[in-house]
Amino acid sequence: MLRATLINIKLLIGLIAVGYIFGTLVALLQVYGGKVLGTIARIYEWIFRSIPALVLIFLFYFGPSKFGMDITGFIAAMFALGFRSSAYQSQIFRGAIQSIPTGQMMAARSMGMSQIRAIFTIILPQAFRLSIPGWTNEFSSVIKDTTLAYAASFNEVLRTARIVYDTDMTLAMTVLVFVAFIFMILTLLGNAAMGLAERRFRIPGLEVPGHEKVRQMSLGSSGLGAFGFRRFWRKTEK
Amino acid sequence: MLLRVEDIHKRYGKEEVLCGVSFGMMKGETKVIIGPSGTGKSTLLRCINRLTPADQGRVWLEEEEITHTRTNINKIRAQIGFVFQSFNLFAHLTALGNVRIGPMKVKRMKKDDATRLAREELDRVGLADKADAYPAELSGGQQQRVSIARALAMFPKLILFDEPTSALDPELIGEVLEVMVSLAKEGMTMLVVTHEMGFARAVADEIIFMENGVIVEQGTPTQMFTNAKHQRTGEFLNKISELYGETG
Repeated sequence: MLRATLINIKLLIGLIAVGYIFGTLVALLQVYGGKVLGTIARIYEWIFRSIPALVLIFLFYFGPSKFGMDITGFIAAMFALGFRSSAYQSQIFRGAIQSIPTGQMMAARSMGMSQIRAIFTIILPQAFRLSIPGWTNEFSSVIKDTTLAYAASFNEVLRTARIVYDTDMTLAMTVLVFVAFIFMILTLLGNAAMGLAERRFRIPGLEVPGHEKVRQMSLGSSGLGAFGFRRFWRKTEK
Repeated sequence: MLLRVEDIHKRYGKEEVLCGVSFGMMKGETKVIIGPSGTGKSTLLRCINRLTPADQGRVWLEEEEITHTRTNINKIRAQIGFVFQSFNLFAHLTALGNVRIGPMKVKRMKKDDATRLAREELDRVGLADKADAYPAELSGGQQQRVSIARALAMFPKLILFDEPTSALDPELIGEVLEVMVSLAKEGMTMLVVTHEMGFARAVADEIIFMENGVIVEQGTPTQMFTNAKHQRTGEFLNKISELYGETG
């Protein structure tokens, strides 16, 4: 069953990665994409925010086979939940991007940076930091969603639990309490990791209100673009 | 002629903010633009580097027409420094990071070289010891000096100053003006929108008085202060000198 938990964690990492990449993209398009691309991004966000997660998983799991594509339950669940998460994450990022004073964009442009370069070197590194608290929240929400992948018939933790107590119904409560316990621990660990990240990347003057009580730490070097994601993982692993 | 501005017009909705402004600047000159608020001084500066596109009129930097649609505007902007009223430092970068990011990201300078250059420029504005401070840890005057260093690190042909001291507490204005005076004396070409008459008197080669979107009068400080041709110029200069004193 602990091995099954690892599958949930793998699913979680996969779906958050998908959600992060698409979420950033959707947020950028909504803020800087102009009318057409902005509207497309808003429609995307609307679709994936309105469909229930379980329905999405079914759609992604059974949908492709109609076109002769055979995808595993894991991949289906990862993308279904990932796209869904990206819709929520995009709003975290959008809020963060828009909270950065527009003067900084102007200053970047006035020294000859293109808009894209300014976004990557000036806006995203700040938006990333500002979105960590929102991200913590999103994380503790999607981690529980991974049990919905149960429906895509692969052996994540809840399904494994079911297999166990199907053989012996007297074990049902024990096993389910154990599952609940696993998720409580995972959430605790996850939140601790995010809190650590928040402190690690803290910069004076760039805090989310209510979160500035953390101990002061200075940052070695500058940028944390979209590529900073990789560095972020490496840093938090230490 | 380093900068040539010809018949710039700009309107926001129904209101015409700039109604045909023309002037020129030679290399090494310092010109000060004064005038009541809302007369398009800041808009004029923004039209020069196209942060705000002009509706009509043309601007040249040396031989290159900035306002031409086929001009690579990023290349032009890299040669024109811009100092904002509200500093607009990048909040996630230290003072050093703010100064070296332009050379690194726009001019593709190596990090070591950019760092060395950034330290020199910070030293030039008297902030060598604040290199590792973040903007939020600096006073307004220090932030503005960092933003001047940020402009200098690009080796600009010209720096535009948009009311650089208007957002500062009175006791912090002096340190910024001091830096600007020494730049003017070193021969930097500067176009400054300001109410600091002391600064204008001390270093301006010419004062441009604007009102209602047009240049009312322009001339040397002595001429403008003692012998203004237009009544409005004299009135405005007296009022502004009274209000802001002649410090700096």
